Amino acid sequence: MDRHPRGRRRQAGTGANPLKTTKRKRVSGGKGPASGKRAIAAKRAAIDTPTPGTNAETAPWLSAFAALEHDGWLRRDRWTAPLRRAALDRFAALGFPTTRQEEWRFTSVAPIARVPFRPQAAYQPNGLTPEQFERFTFEPWECSHLVFVNGYFAPELSTLRSMPDGVRVMSLAEALRTQRDAVAPHLGRLAGTDVNTNVFAALNTAFMQDGLFMEIPAGVAVDEPIHLLFVSSPHGRDLASCPRNLIVAGPGSQAAIVESYVNLDDGARYFTNAVTEIVVMQGAGVDHYKIEREGPAAFHVATVQAHLARDSRLASYNVSIGGALVRNDINVVLDGEGAECRLDGLYTLSGSQHVDNHTLIDHARPHGTSHELYKGVLDGRSRGVFDGRIIVRADAQKTDAHQVNKNLVLSEEALVDTTPRLEILADDVKCTHGATVGQLDEDALFYLRSRAIGQEAAANMLMQAFVSDVVHRIKIAPIRAGLECLLFTRLPREHRREAHT
Amino acid sequence: MLEIADLHARAGGKDILRGIDLVIKPGEVHAIMGPNGSGKSTLANVLAGRESVEVTRGTVRFAGRDLLALPPEERAWEGVFLAFQYPVEIPGVSTMYLLKAGLNAIRKHRGEPELDAMEFLALVRDKLKLVEMDQAFLNRSVNEGFSGGEKKRNEILQMAVLDPKLAILDETDSGLDIDALRIVANGVNGLRNPQRSMLVITHYQRLLNYIVPDRVHVLSGGRIVKSGGKELALQLEKEGYAWIDTRADGGVKPAPAPTR
Ligand SMILES: Nc1ncnc2c1ncn2[C@@H]1O[C@H](COP(=O)(O)OP(=O)(O)OP(=O)(O)O)[C@@H](O)[C@H]1O
Ligand SMILES: [Mg+2]
Repeated sequence: MDRHPRGRRRQAGTGANPLKTTKRKRVSGGKGPASGKRAIAAKRAAIDTPTPGTNAETAPWLSAFAALEHDGWLRRDRWTAPLRRAALDRFAALGFPTTRQEEWRFTSVAPIARVPFRPQAAYQPNGLTPEQFERFTFEPWECSHLVFVNGYFAPELSTLRSMPDGVRVMSLAEALRTQRDAVAPHLGRLAGTDVNTNVFAALNTAFMQDGLFMEIPAGVAVDEPIHLLFVSSPHGRDLASCPRNLIVAGPGSQAAIVESYVNLDDGARYFTNAVTEIVVMQGAGVDHYKIEREGPAAFHVATVQAHLARDSRLASYNVSIGGALVRNDINVVLDGEGAECRLDGLYTLSGSQHVDNHTLIDHARPHGTSHELYKGVLDGRSRGVFDGRIIVRADAQKTDAHQVNKNLVLSEEALVDTTPRLEILADDVKCTHGATVGQLDEDALFYLRSRAIGQEAAANMLMQAFVSDVVHRIKIAPIRAGLECLLFTRLPREHRREAHT
Repeated sequence: MLEIADLHARAGGKDILRGIDLVIKPGEVHAIMGPNGSGKSTLANVLAGRESVEVTRGTVRFAGRDLLALPPEERAWEGVFLAFQYPVEIPGVSTMYLLKAGLNAIRKHRGEPELDAMEFLALVRDKLKLVEMDQAFLNRSVNEGFSGGEKKRNEILQMAVLDPKLAILDETDSGLDIDALRIVANGVNGLRNPQRSMLVITHYQRLLNYIVPDRVHVLSGGRIVKSGGKELALQLEKEGYAWIDTRADGGVKPAPAPTR
C-alpha cells in the first residue's frame, strides 16, 4: 500500500521544472516469496515474445486488404482510400508491438499476431434475431440500441428512437458515404495523433468497417443514451472486426454513449480491434461507457481518444469482464482551460484472462481537473495491468489530477502490474496517485461469517463492496443493475480459495 | 448448552489457551474476567470459529453437537453469537444488508420462510428501540465511521436480530460512557431469557451491576484459575488479580497488556 500525495507544488523561478514519477508495482496474491511468481511470469513472457514486426504477422493483413480492394470494397467511400492506405502502410512499417516496447512491456500480442485474422467484407445477416440479443441489452432499458454484427450495422436488429432536432445519428459506413463534410474534419484526426505508437489504431483505420457517427449541434442535450451493441459471431472463422465510432459534441451539448462488446459463439477465437473518437467542444459534456464482455477465447484491443475543449467534461467508464487478452487505451487531451475528465474503470478477471488498461490524461491547459479510479478483482491465473500516465504540460498551471488504482487479488497465481506515470512540467499543480494490491480482509470475512453468512456469500459481499464505489458512479440505472447482476453471478463461482491462514 | 473440556488452542505459534473447562447451562449468564492477554478473546474466537486460532486439544459441545467441527457460519446458524471486542468496519456493506442476509440464512437453516424487505424492516425497527439506535445506521456501511459506543450498540442490535442461543459478549462495555453502558446493559438484559445463555467478558464490575451473572470465572495464562459467584467480581475489583496469580496452579504471570 502506498500513497504519494503530492501537494500543490510551488517553486521559485520561471523555468519549467520537469518532475517525472514512474513507479511500478508488481504484486501477486501469493504470500510466499514474490520471486517465484516473477519467474513464472518471466517464463511466460519468454515464450510469448515474438520477433518484432515480422512480415509473417503483417502479411495476412496486407493480403486481406488487397483482396478487399480487389473486390471493390473501397469504392463505397472512395475518399477514405488514401487514409486507409496510409494507415496500412504505417501498420506494415511498424508491425505488431513487442514486449520490448515500453507501452507493451507487460502485454504480449503474439497470440493475436500469429493468427491470420480476416475482416468480413460486408454485412451478412446470418439469420440472427433480436431475441438473441435480449440478454445483452440490459433489459428493461428503453433506449436506442444499434446492433453491429461482425463489424457491420444490422438495421433490422436495431432500434433507433427519435432524437432532438438537428442531432445526427447514423451508422459510420453511411456517414462515410453521405456526410463526408461532417466526418472528414474529425475522422482519424484524434486517433491519428498517437498513430506512431498505436499500431492497432492504424490497423483499425485501414480496415474500419462501421460503428456510430453522432453529431450533436450546439446547445442540444440528448437525454437518452445510445447503446451500441457490437456482436461477434465468427462461425468458426478467424474473424476480425474493426468497429469505428465518431462522436462530435457541439458547444454546450450533452450526450451519453454506451459501447457493449459481446459474442454469440462462446469459446470461439476472434479479434475485435475498435477505435472511438470523441470530440467534446466548449462547454459540452459526454458520458462514454465501454463494457467489454467478449467471449472467453476472444482478443480485444480498443482505443478511445477524446479531445476536450474549454470548460468541457468527459466521463469515461471502462468495464472489462470477458476476453482472453484485452488491451484498452483511453487517451484524453484536456485542450482547453477548465476542462474536466473523470475516468472510472472496473475489471474482474479469472482463469488465464489478461487485461491491460492504459490511460493517458494530457493536461495541456490551465485549471484542468482529472479524477481517475480503476479497480480490479483478479482470480485464477489472471493478469491485470494498469498503466496510468498523466502529463501536466508547462502551460497547465492549477491542474488538479488524482489517480487511484486498487486491486483485489483472490488467488495465489493472479498477478497485477500497476504503474502510475506522472510527468509534471508545470509548477503549481495538485497531483496525487495511489495504487494498492490487497487480498480479502480475513477479519471482515470472519465477521460476516459469524453473522451467519456463508463463506462464498461473504466473500462475494466483500468483492461487491470493493467495487461498489465504481459501480455506483455509473449513472444509467439499467446498466448499473445489469453489471451488479453480472458481477454477482460471476464472482462467487470463481472464488474457490479456502479462507484460512 | 455449552460444555468446554480441556480446551487448548494456539495462534501465531503461541499456546494461548492451556486447558479450559467450563459448563454453561441454558439461561445462565457467566462472566469471564482476567488480565489483559490472558486469552479471553481467544476463547471467544475459538467458540465463534476463527480459523486463525488452532485448537490443539479438547472438545466443545454446544446443544449436543461438536461445535469445533462446524465452520463459523454454521455455528451462527446453530445459535452462537459473538459481539466482538473490536467490531470490524466493512466499507460498502450496509448493516441492513448484512443483517438481512444473516437472519435469512438462519431462518433457512431452521426451515422457516425467509423474510422479505418489509417484514425484515418491521423486525429490525423493533430491535433498534432496544438499543436506542436511529434507523439511519442501518443504511450506513457496517461500523464505518461509527464511534466506539455506536459500534458496541450495533453489536447488541445484531445480537437482538439474530436471536442466538449463546451470546458471547467480548468487552462490550469497554469504552462506553455511563449512558451508553446503561443502554447496552438494558439491551442485553432485555434479551435474557431462560433459554438463552451468555458468556460476558469484561474487566469491570460496573457492567455486572446491570447484568448480574450466575458465575464469575477468572482467566489467567490461558486457564480458569478461579470461579465463584457474583461476589468474586467485587473482590477482583477491589484487590486486582495479583492475589489469584499466586494461588493459580502453575500460575502464569499475565502477559503484558497489548497496546490499543
Ligand atoms: N493470532 C495471534 N498471533 C499471535 N499472538 C496472538 C494471536 N492472537 C492472540 N495472541 C496473543 O495471545 C494472548 C491472548 O490474547 P487475547 O486477545 O485472547 O487476550 P485477552 O484476554 O482478550 O486480552 P484483553 O483483555 O487485552 O482483551 C495475547 O498475548 C495476544 O497477543
Ligand atoms: Mg480481549
